[in-house]
Amino acid sequence: MSAVIDTHAQDHHHGPAKGFSRWLLTTNHKDIGSMYLIFSFAMFLLGGSMAMVIRAELFQPGLQIVEPEFFNQMTTMHGLIMVFGAVMPAFVGLANWMIPLMIGAPDMALPRMNNWSFWLLPCAFLILVSTLFMEGGAPNFGWTFYAPLSTTYGPPSTTFFIFAVHIMGVSSIMGAINVIATILNLRAPGMTLMKMPLFVWTWLITAFLLIAVMPVLAGVVTMMLMDINFGTSFFNAAGGGDPVLFQHVFWFFGHPEVYIMILPAFGAVSEIIPAFSRKRLFGYASMVYAVGAIALLSFVVWAHHMFTVGIPIAGQLFFMYATMLIAVPTGVKVFNWVATMFRGSLSFEAPMLFSVAFVILFTIGGFSGLMLAIAPADFQYHDTYFVVAHFHYVLVPGAIFGIFASAYYWLPKWTGHMYDETLAQTHFWLSFVGMNLAFFPMHFLGLAGMPRRIPDYALQFADFNMVSSIGAFMFGASQLLFLFIVVKCVRGGEKAPAKPWEGSEGLEWTIPSPAPYHTFSTPPEIK
Amino acid sequence: MTTHQTYYVPEQSKWPIIATVGLGVTMYGLASIMVNGSQGESTTGAWITFSIGSLIMVYMLFGWFGSVIKESRDGLYSPQMDRSFRWGMSWFIFSEVMFFAAFFGALFYARTFAIPWLGGEGDRGSSNMLWEGFQATWPLLNNPDPEAFPPPKEIINPWHLPLINTILLVTSSFTVTVAHHALKHGNRKKLKAWLIATIVLALVFIGFQAEEYVQAYTELNLTLRSGIYGSTFFLLTGFHGAHVIMGTLMLTIMLIRILKGHFTAEKHFAFEAASWYWHFVDVVWLGLFVFVYIL
Repeated sequence: MSAVIDTHAQDHHHGPAKGFSRWLLTTNHKDIGSMYLIFSFAMFLLGGSMAMVIRAELFQPGLQIVEPEFFNQMTTMHGLIMVFGAVMPAFVGLANWMIPLMIGAPDMALPRMNNWSFWLLPCAFLILVSTLFMEGGAPNFGWTFYAPLSTTYGPPSTTFFIFAVHIMGVSSIMGAINVIATILNLRAPGMTLMKMPLFVWTWLITAFLLIAVMPVLAGVVTMMLMDINFGTSFFNAAGGGDPVLFQHVFWFFGHPEVYIMILPAFGAVSEIIPAFSRKRLFGYASMVYAVGAIALLSFVVWAHHMFTVGIPIAGQLFFMYATMLIAVPTGVKVFNWVATMFRGSLSFEAPMLFSVAFVILFTIGGFSGLMLAIAPADFQYHDTYFVVAHFHYVLVPGAIFGIFASAYYWLPKWTGHMYDETLAQTHFWLSFVGMNLAFFPMHFLGLAGMPRRIPDYALQFADFNMVSSIGAFMFGASQLLFLFIVVKCVRGGEKAPAKPWEGSEGLEWTIPSPAPYHTFSTPPEIK
Repeated sequence: MTTHQTYYVPEQSKWPIIATVGLGVTMYGLASIMVNGSQGESTTGAWITFSIGSLIMVYMLFGWFGSVIKESRDGLYSPQMDRSFRWGMSWFIFSEVMFFAAFFGALFYARTFAIPWLGGEGDRGSSNMLWEGFQATWPLLNNPDPEAFPPPKEIINPWHLPLINTILLVTSSFTVTVAHHALKHGNRKKLKAWLIATIVLALVFIGFQAEEYVQAYTELNLTLRSGIYGSTFFLLTGFHGAHVIMGTLMLTIMLIRILKGHFTAEKHFAFEAASWYWHFVDVVWLGLFVFVYIL
């Protein structure tokens, strides 16, 4: 009996199962990684089409296309879908695909739980998206779901939204536990922590952040649930609670959350820039410590989102300086990326283009973050389009460009084919121009006083809004090109060698392209 | 780390997808019960959905854990696999700590900031204009708006049931450790006796906790609706109670497995994981006893 099972356990080299059950029942990190990436892109298109609705309405002043109520649902769902459905799952997908390959592990540490983490996401988003069709409409209070807007004044579907967030939380926590267990326990012999690729390092720290803050998000939505359905008064001053309490707990989750969305991009870019500079990464150790410092600081800066709610002056000062302190490790990273390129033998294939744009444009987003961190100045910027410009500059050319760079960098490994370089560079330039056209004018709109989350605006904002909408349509449409490039690459193309990029290093390039269904069943030896 | 056995990767598994459907249906049912209930509609269908989901979850838990136990007993798990389980359980408990931290945070915030401000003290003392004459006290026996949130008449006396419960839970943490040591020394008889003692202590704790809730609702008017004191009290003790029930279930399953002859002096991670969880529940209780009941 046991002998039969033993041979089964060692028989790692047959391929995937046939049919749809392969995807439903799989425990293979590559299958699960692909599913995460496909799901993420589907959500990116869904959330993106909502952004198109928003930009279409804002194309001209006045109400033309949608009702204000529906507009609010669009901004809310756009934010939630992009954060929890597009960016986070994309990085988890990259982690699933690449971490075992980069550390020489046979799979993720807990393969069945890995499958569960993935399938919970479509389930959660099914519930979340179904709220659009419920009585009273979808959540309409912004992705930050501040109380009492979400508790006292929210639509009935808020309860469904809360349970959807719970399921996403379960998925994220299990995914993060899996990543940590894999990195800490499944590294090939000889791969010490300080020999790990930076992408693995950033994910180790991201996973820690996820496990630390997703439960806090679960806590805050549970308090909402109780306030809505069971008469508690966490966020109701009439019972001795405080709506501001909501913001504290939410942002205690929310600020580390923004680093959850950017740290893996830091890691990916730290792989790609050295590869296309044909040089080792400058300052590896300082990169690791910088990521650690950013992660730790991210726990003590949350109230910079709340300067205007009336927190005590000592609190404002503390959170202002703590926030500015984050610029130091971030500056170390930007310096190291530039120093890696300095006197390198550079070439600009699509992954490198996205990475260089990442360094420049993320830095712009970082600088506007510094402006917002200045408590007295924030009173002017708060809840204006300046904030929208800021976080779109860190999320679109930050997180999203990081994901595109990673996708182009590792597509040959995943599919065994080279992608179409010309089309990919076209995708880059269209995205680059579209994105800057969409978000740069928002800085001016915000400084001039245009508030966020409104379907209509004063006439003086008309020109910039039109430019912004044109840029957004351009950016949105060019993502269909990305879909085309990926489908084309999956279906065929020039055969990719095991190591398609001459400057790249790491275990993932020692295995054939496409990566076999099972890799590193026996761990490689690292010198 | 010198010798590497094959790391066990199951080829395929139906349990995760069953778990997804189960959890999804359960959550959808739960949300429907609440939403339909608050709109005065029938909740029968929602209850049926919820029950079906829960049954799927129970089936899944038996099946999934069952296959893990079987694989473990068939010797498929290497020491490296064992370490994966250990990391997994440790980080899971850490996530639970952070979950409770959110509710403790709410309690501390209400006591240190929100209520004094409403009472007219400190940086935002002007909040007192909302309900003039509101006196900041803790325990909060007078809510700012007593019409909307009728305050509790009294709070639970920490030196009666809660003190007994503290003694029970701390003792149970001790007994489960004695049981663990017995297991490590291969003394099965002692192991069973001390594990049964732990479960009995846990059940008595749950009973007293239920008794306390009945008292709070029937005699003290301390309810979920009685303002921030009731909110934090019931959410903190309630989630703790739910974790005690979960821990008791884990320990009971460990007892069943021990009676079936599972575990050896060297290999018994499931038992260890259950006892880690039990210690965690105990530590949370100490926090509750100090910050919710006494102070």
